[in-house]
Amino acid sequence: MMNDVIRVAQLTKHYPAARGALPVRAVDGIEFAVREGEVFGFLGPNGAGKTTTVRMLTGLTRPTSGSACVLGFDLMTDATRIKKRIGVVPEMSNLYDELSALDNLVFSMQLYGVPRCERRARAEELLARFRLSEKRDTPFAKLSRGMKRALTIAAALAHRPLLLFLDEPTTGLDVVSARNLRQMIADLRDEGVTVFLTTHYLEEAERLCDRIAIIVRGHIVALDTVEGLKASVEGRTTVEVTLADGNGTVRTARFEGENVAAAVQAALAQATANGQHLLAVNTGRPTLEDVFVQLTGLSAEVMLAEKGKT
Amino acid sequence: MWRDDLRGMLYIALKDLRAYYFKPPNISWGILFPFAFVLAFAIRNPGELRGLVPGLLALTVLFGTSSMEAIVIVFERRIGALERLVLAPVRLPALLAGKLLGGMVFGLTVTLVVLVAVLGAFGAGGVHWLLLILTLLTSAATFAALGAFVSVAVKEVFEAQTLANFIRFPMMFLGGVFVPVASLPPGLQVVARLLPLTYAVEALHAALAGGSSPEAALDLLILAVFAIVLFALAVRVLAQRLD
Repeated sequence: MMNDVIRVAQLTKHYPAARGALPVRAVDGIEFAVREGEVFGFLGPNGAGKTTTVRMLTGLTRPTSGSACVLGFDLMTDATRIKKRIGVVPEMSNLYDELSALDNLVFSMQLYGVPRCERRARAEELLARFRLSEKRDTPFAKLSRGMKRALTIAAALAHRPLLLFLDEPTTGLDVVSARNLRQMIADLRDEGVTVFLTTHYLEEAERLCDRIAIIVRGHIVALDTVEGLKASVEGRTTVEVTLADGNGTVRTARFEGENVAAAVQAALAQATANGQHLLAVNTGRPTLEDVFVQLTGLSAEVMLAEKGKT
Repeated sequence: MWRDDLRGMLYIALKDLRAYYFKPPNISWGILFPFAFVLAFAIRNPGELRGLVPGLLALTVLFGTSSMEAIVIVFERRIGALERLVLAPVRLPALLAGKLLGGMVFGLTVTLVVLVAVLGAFGAGGVHWLLLILTLLTSAATFAALGAFVSVAVKEVFEAQTLANFIRFPMMFLGGVFVPVASLPPGLQVVARLLPLTYAVEALHAALAGGSSPEAALDLLILAVFAIVLFALAVRVLAQRLD
């Protein structure tokens, strides 16, 4: 039986009212557990409470109330022991511009107490793994964005954490770098590292995560496997109908109904009424985006557009 | 846990010294700036050059420790690198102590260069070495803590520089560097007694004159209190900022 590496109960973070503003209930009594060895996705629109939750679980922010147990240690009393065993990759690549790739990794290991005799070999191993060996003496400031991201992840792994928090790991990366990074995350899971992943990319979450929690306005509104989440909106089958009119103009319409038959009937009735004929009918199962839209009231496009503003 | 803290403190200090402090502009600024001020004053009053040595040393410690210290923390907070340190298994007071240690080592190194130069020029006879070392150490701790407090109190690097100068420049003119505190108007004497530089200059005067009076011991005690209070305030403000 798998152990829970994170157990959260009634975890809450409220911020007092700032000048002229109302108090903020960033996270409001959330409960969930993350199992050993899984990639756990944490999704939600901007301002939903994702980052605040990660900040609390990693000891950066003190919860207002509730409890959390991370790797068997109480977050309130044993934050230092937790920090020793976790790795955190923040949204912003935040190593030291002035230090080389190698020195950044060595400094990370120094902070976490990796024995001196192991540091060099471990740093070289990580550089090789993240395809940065040729850049070992290059200052962090001079690396490409994808390389900076890879090195930031390497630094978080330097002390061999049991649990890795990844906050928006592929944001801003080109397609190839993002694909490499996703492969690295999959490899980590295969090695037994538990990954807590926050992302705006639903496709990424669908591909990588064993289970996903969706947080909206500080509350967890769903938590299940990807298939489980899709099944929760199974009744809303999607039907795409491609129609053509007498002039040869082709138009595709998307319908959602309680069952396929009713949706197709509605499409055909509409086509007949408009003097159109049917070219094709495609039925689709709900995607994670459908689940997300239903639970949050936001489309993925809106979510990404919001992300672009931040 | 103490081992983690001590290790973190040491490596944070070493990293800061390497990444920020021991750069040619910082070294030249740390040495030349106090010299320039003292020489400007000495040109006008050439006979008083030797009497300016304690003030010169105090200014070198002040600017050497606090100039980068006031910038480093706010800069690292802006780029997210401070968060990296907070995520490490090092408690916040130890993290900040590491930052202070970096500033102190740099400030004391620069001061040592100046000290060798002035002792070479005026001779080392009659110096009370223990008092001199203790004064330089407590002064460095106080001014590094002052720099750290400034750095955690603001949000932008330019604000840190402005606030640091807002505090340091009046201190430079009222702290007994150029004019003895006793010769200031009574109101300004009261203000001078609220400034840590005043006690650093007084203790350095005593150390270079070869005496270890009870007044000098009191100066050291007051400097130590300044260091502890400023450090505690910096830890508290940083904890609030991070939350």
